Amino acid sequence: MSNETNSGVPTDSEVILGILNNSESVLKRLYIAYFPMVLQLVINNNGDSDDAKDIYQEAIIVLYNKVKTGDFELSSKLKTYIYSICRRLWLKRLSQMNRYGGDIKDFQEYLVVDDESEKNNERDIQFNKMGSALQQLGEPCKTIIEHFYINNKSMQEICDEFGYTNADNAKTQKYKCLQRLKKLFFQQK
Amino acid sequence: MSENNQLTETIERYLNGEMTRAERASFEKLRSEDAEVNAQVAEHRHFTNLIKQYGERLELEKRLDAIHDEIDVHALEDEMMIHPSWVVRMWRNHHSKISVAASIAIFAVLSTLFFTGYLSNRELNYSQLKGEINQIKNKTAQLNTQVNQLAPNTPRSAVMNPGNFRGTGFAISSNGYIVTDNHVIQRADSVYVQSNDGKSYKTKVVYTEPQNDIAILEIVDPSFKALPALPYTFKKGETDLGENVFTIGYPKDNIVLGSGLLTSATGYRGDTTQYQISALLDYGHSGGPLLDSKGNIVGIINGKQTRVEGAAFAVKTSYLLKAIKDIPSDSLSKPININGKNILAGLGRTQQIKKLENYVFMVRVYNQ
Repeated sequence: MSNETNSGVPTDSEVILGILNNSESVLKRLYIAYFPMVLQLVINNNGDSDDAKDIYQEAIIVLYNKVKTGDFELSSKLKTYIYSICRRLWLKRLSQMNRYGGDIKDFQEYLVVDDESEKNNERDIQFNKMGSALQQLGEPCKTIIEHFYINNKSMQEICDEFGYTNADNAKTQKYKCLQRLKKLFFQQK
Repeated sequence: MSENNQLTETIERYLNGEMTRAERASFEKLRSEDAEVNAQVAEHRHFTNLIKQYGERLELEKRLDAIHDEIDVHALEDEMMIHPSWVVRMWRNHHSKISVAASIAIFAVLSTLFFTGYLSNRELNYSQLKGEINQIKNKTAQLNTQVNQLAPNTPRSAVMNPGNFRGTGFAISSNGYIVTDNHVIQRADSVYVQSNDGKSYKTKVVYTEPQNDIAILEIVDPSFKALPALPYTFKKGETDLGENVFTIGYPKDNIVLGSGLLTSATGYRGDTTQYQISALLDYGHSGGPLLDSKGNIVGIINGKQTRVEGAAFAVKTSYLLKAIKDIPSDSLSKPININGKNILAGLGRTQQIKKLENYVFMVRVYNQ
């Protein structure tokens, strides 16, 4: 039984549980299961496979975040939901590129979905800022910050890795790095 | 600086839940008393959360990319692409060539049609019913020689010049005015009319109206004697569809009857000056009178449609009456009195034709 469920299309509830449990295999099965559908939508509507990858990953991230924050309510099949989001994202991108010819070839049924991407965009902007602030921060600050705040390493580990004589020095260094990062982050428009 | 560092560290310890109970209680007291510390706690929490989420997003994207790399996108793409039919593909690849070829083809067809005269439909589809004598004459000559060979002793009748063209005309007054089609007599050097009893009279063209194809002739021959009063009248109004109509004329040397129904109130291509009739007419009928069953003149035979059997056309009488009225008075030597007494109304067709015969003439046209 486990073999069967570990390959092929996951059920909708499997996906939601899998995301909540950070299951790598469910994410993979989910991704593989619905990518062809989105690829079909995009390449037959003026796009290429890279466009398909972009909007599909964006949709998966939208789904992922919604499930994680707990405000995801599945009102239709997950397949339809993903297709609808991708369709909406693709239409938006087509019209941004002025390539939207006024009609779109559909391959699945779809729903009218709210503009999730608005909220998502706000978050994306913050993330972009953070990314470039970290880039400008340079080493070793970048790694220290990443280790401490993202990877949850202890000050002692960081101290050992970077060869600080004691944890206090490392702490002071980390503090300086954080201050600079904040400065860089808020400087950006 | 180090003070701030201290504070940050304290906040971090607080947020990470690393404080002892007592520390925690005193820090919360500080938070509630010092608004600045409180704000710093909130800000620090927000910012570090953002870093964390950013890290998670990067991580997720990396995972998705890793999964994506395992998919054979190329093969999938080929499978998912809707391949348009070969017609569409050919069009996409070769549309400029196809367009050029098509334009050349259209141009070639149009110019061929133009030069072969196909586009000037009227000439091809519509033929005016004047007879061209020479063709007939040649055929007659051939026949004559054949007859001569068969019966060499038969005396040959003297050949009279029968004229280059012929048509039909009919009297519009008893004193020698005759109407025919303008196309019968145009470019004529001289015009003769021949009555049913074989007598030929010289005429003069007194008036033509090419737009309605009407010509008025006057018999100027001294041997002509005035006819008895006209047996027919001219109908001024329109004639209804379905009316039984007939005409007599000279497609050959004897009178030929053509009869049928009035089938349309307009002529060739909706020409409102004409009627369409379903009569089988021949070349030479042009200029003949079109009569209804009561013996009223309703039109003048004009032409037929070559591609449709039994579709002939006649100019409406109202245009004839208008033409008569428009004749300048100084070109008339005698007044035209078109008022006749209709004595055909009650008669049968054969009797009507007998009465008509004397008023319908063969028009012979001579030119170089």
